[in-house]
Amino acid sequence: MKKLIVAASCALAMAAGTVQAKDWKEIRIAFDVPYEPFEYKDENGELTGFEVELAEAMCAEMKADCEFVIQAWDGMIPGLVARKFDAIMSSMSITPERAERVLFSEPYYNTPGGWFGPDDFNTDVTDMEAMKGKTVGVQRGTTMDTFVTEEMGGVVTIKRYTTADDMVLDLEGQRLDVVFVDYPVGEQTVLSKEGFKEVGEPVKLGDGVGVAMRKRDKDLAGKVNATLKKLKNDGTYDAIMQKYFAYDVKM
Amino acid sequence: MPDFIAQWLDQNDIFTAMTIMEYWDGLVTTVQLVFLSLIVGLVCAVPLALLRTVKNPFVSGPVWVYTYLFRGTPLLIQLYIIYYGIAQIPGIQETFWWEIFREPFYPALLAFALNTCAYTTEIIRGAIVSTPNGEIEAAKAYGMSWWLRTRRIVLPSAARRAVQAYSNEVIFMLHSSAIASVVTIVDLTGAARNIYSRFYAPFDAFIFVACCYLVLTFILVFAFRKLESHLLRHQRPVQN
Repeated sequence: MKKLIVAASCALAMAAGTVQAKDWKEIRIAFDVPYEPFEYKDENGELTGFEVELAEAMCAEMKADCEFVIQAWDGMIPGLVARKFDAIMSSMSITPERAERVLFSEPYYNTPGGWFGPDDFNTDVTDMEAMKGKTVGVQRGTTMDTFVTEEMGGVVTIKRYTTADDMVLDLEGQRLDVVFVDYPVGEQTVLSKEGFKEVGEPVKLGDGVGVAMRKRDKDLAGKVNATLKKLKNDGTYDAIMQKYFAYDVKM
Repeated sequence: MPDFIAQWLDQNDIFTAMTIMEYWDGLVTTVQLVFLSLIVGLVCAVPLALLRTVKNPFVSGPVWVYTYLFRGTPLLIQLYIIYYGIAQIPGIQETFWWEIFREPFYPALLAFALNTCAYTTEIIRGAIVSTPNGEIEAAKAYGMSWWLRTRRIVLPSAARRAVQAYSNEVIFMLHSSAIASVVTIVDLTGAARNIYSRFYAPFDAFIFVACCYLVLTFILVFAFRKLESHLLRHQRPVQN
């Protein structure tokens, strides 16, 4: 009897697995909020933003029933691998290190990294001599973190933060001389405050942002790529982009 | 680090000479932070515990309020209040205090010391109030003053009763220090988080750091066992 139950449940699990893997009528997509203007909650508590609307358009195009999952950034890739969700559309930049763990779609946008500091900050951020001894804030594990670590590792003191909020607090508290963050985030959090400005040229980093999926789900990646291409060409993408950005992020 | 070890390590994917040095720096920071806060905490806790046992409520009351506040709130909240709160005080950046509180190390040290001091105060107070009456009466019969009595009888006897509970507090403090990484201190946990986010390898990064904490705890447990057998040697059975 016991063996029968085990065999039956195994068969059931396999059947369920194959059904799930083939048709992709239900897709769970993960976002890390708030990350304005890409994904955040509006006054009514509804999830919205550039990537959320793009995901909605994508799901409508694919005729799939999408569930949106909120997941903190540090647990993104582990959560994907652990099958808590099927795709990440949370401004994940494509890097070789990440590509070893996940399968990326074609990039769907790219934003530069921006330098922001107080109004009295007049140092040229590309001049390594002048930057010596300055304290730079970055978000841990971002492409901005990698850039500063590799290019300025021995020159400046790097402080790594888990959230942008903590970093901006320390910039206001004068613990940091300058922060290097994703441009739209800096625009939202730093430039909106009195007494801060952009202090250097934005730096184009990395290969853009892609939808991250599990390595084995090649069929899903194929669908996503085809759908993104269609949205980029038929004007849906541009309409959503113009709603959120004054500049071009299309890729 | 000798060159041949560095070369040997650089064959690894994750545990290269650079990451090992990052862990080492984290270890040094953790040990400094925990050791200093424990010393400060213990030194302040002894007089506070004595004040806490005084009958007059105007003396023992404030100490009770202090231990209640710091034992009644999470250490993480205390650290946030001290680290981010102080930076928000208007004009603090122009005073000499800013030299101290600009870096995350001293706010963390302050939070940890205040927290462990509150717990240690209560541990020592418990040991003091459970001093057998006979010991105190005997000391009084010898005509000892309050100060002499406290120094020679009450505190040594309390220390013997407090040491086991205190060893627990020390180990808790070591593990609580892991939250220092939220205020940008690169301690052991901070190093592990940096390496985790660089290689996306949670098992490697965190199991390695867990082993570091295990080794530290082992050293503490060993040291406290020695201390206990030294303080409690009168309780050992007579050797034939």
